[in-house]
Amino acid sequence: MTEGEFYPQPSRSQENSLTDRFSPLHDIHVAGGASFTDFAGWQMPVSYGSDLAEHHAVRTAAGIFDISHMAEIQVTGPDAAAFLDFALAGKISAVKPMQAKYSLLLTAEGGIIDDLVVYANGAVSSTGTVEYLVVANAGNRFAVVPALQERAASFDVEVTDLSDTISLIAVQGPNSRAILEATDGLVILDGQTQLDELKYYWSTGATFAEGTVFIGRTGYTGEDGFELYVDVADAASLWQALIAAGADHGLVPAGLASRDTLRLEAGMPLYGHELGLDTFPAQAGLGRVVALTKEGDFVGRAAAEAGPAAGARVLKGLTTEGRRAGRADYLVFSGDTEVGVITSGALSPTLGYPIAMAYIDPDADESTLTIDVRGTRIAASVVPLPFYKREA
Amino acid sequence: MAEQSELQYTAEHEWVLVEGDVATVGITAYAADKLGDVVYVDLPKTDATLAEGSIVGEIESTKSVGELFAPVNGTVVEANEAVVADPSIVNSDPFGDGWLIKVRFTELPALLSFAEYSALVAE
Repeated sequence: MTEGEFYPQPSRSQENSLTDRFSPLHDIHVAGGASFTDFAGWQMPVSYGSDLAEHHAVRTAAGIFDISHMAEIQVTGPDAAAFLDFALAGKISAVKPMQAKYSLLLTAEGGIIDDLVVYANGAVSSTGTVEYLVVANAGNRFAVVPALQERAASFDVEVTDLSDTISLIAVQGPNSRAILEATDGLVILDGQTQLDELKYYWSTGATFAEGTVFIGRTGYTGEDGFELYVDVADAASLWQALIAAGADHGLVPAGLASRDTLRLEAGMPLYGHELGLDTFPAQAGLGRVVALTKEGDFVGRAAAEAGPAAGARVLKGLTTEGRRAGRADYLVFSGDTEVGVITSGALSPTLGYPIAMAYIDPDADESTLTIDVRGTRIAASVVPLPFYKREA
Repeated sequence: MAEQSELQYTAEHEWVLVEGDVATVGITAYAADKLGDVVYVDLPKTDATLAEGSIVGEIESTKSVGELFAPVNGTVVEANEAVVADPSIVNSDPFGDGWLIKVRFTELPALLSFAEYSALVAE
């Protein structure tokens, strides 16, 4: 048997990438029986035994993910909001304190350097209150940090890469809030929003051990959930406390394999698959993320206003019957004509049938699409994204 | 099921149990773990003629697709329909109920011993 690996591998700049980096939780994962994969130079858990069981746990109870490889970049200074309005595609100055916003870092040509989440006014351990925390993909850390620093030249701001001092733990699933509320030592700070009042894409602050934990009601699974930013020194004890609190709530450690199928079901793009330097936001269905109505210039504005070339492919959701999934890089046909390519695909654990995201020619006849699955053409239907939406 | 030490192996992470002129073929626990949860198995039909080294089936997980290579020249005498119906057996019992095909062969090629295969996956 040989293996074709479809697990998403991030793009990365070779000269700057670090190799064989270990999470501060690595020993815990080893003890927990995790298998590991290289992700952007990090050895990260791919699963702890059964990626399907981990996937279902997040949909029905809760899962805990170590995503310490993610990059955290602090932006402070009097011009921070104006700078981020210029550097990013979204209107960050309109983000309220403790609110979060999904945004994009564009090239001048309108391509996507990274997709990110910006938290306003997050209290972060070891540094106290920050004005903004920009969270980027691990594989793009060494593209995002210099891009932000370069764009900061004419602003009174400081851009600081805190990735090596902050760990990120995600607790995702319908039982997430109950687990955080039951976690020993995790106490919401005075004046900060309690978890039962915290809305989706808002954040709050807590204390744990001697430090502070910054908590966003955010995630990458399509479920309710939280992401906890914690000093690397406290990451292991916080993980253990969350695991202990989750014992009565069906919490399981979950790896990157289930994280990928969860985000795919939720129709969330993954950089290097749905997004890239040659992708316009509008092609990826992210036109709404580019704030063309905001005042002033921002990097990529002219290109975004001009839009992608006529006939540029657009991202669509595809489903097929049976159990053989279309995978990244498999071609999509209409009749004998190639009209697209799959960027992510899997047999959906929740839905029970294959799902895929694909870039498709806008004028393709969607009623006649097939996917070439290793030599076999399988009929595909276009469906709206996301494939899965949790009940409110 | 046979002890792992009694099986022979291939560099493609398959195991072979030889009983008379029939070889039972499966994938190793190492391969099953590497794949992750198996969700789809495609096997050759009974009476299909197999050429050693050719791709004759697929073992697909949520994240990967593994190809099943014929370890011997021969004819399929049985494909494991239980595994086709419930692919998770490949993960839960790769050396036993998770066998994939039985092949009647005329000549056995050189295969790896348990010690040789163990050394291979230890690298």
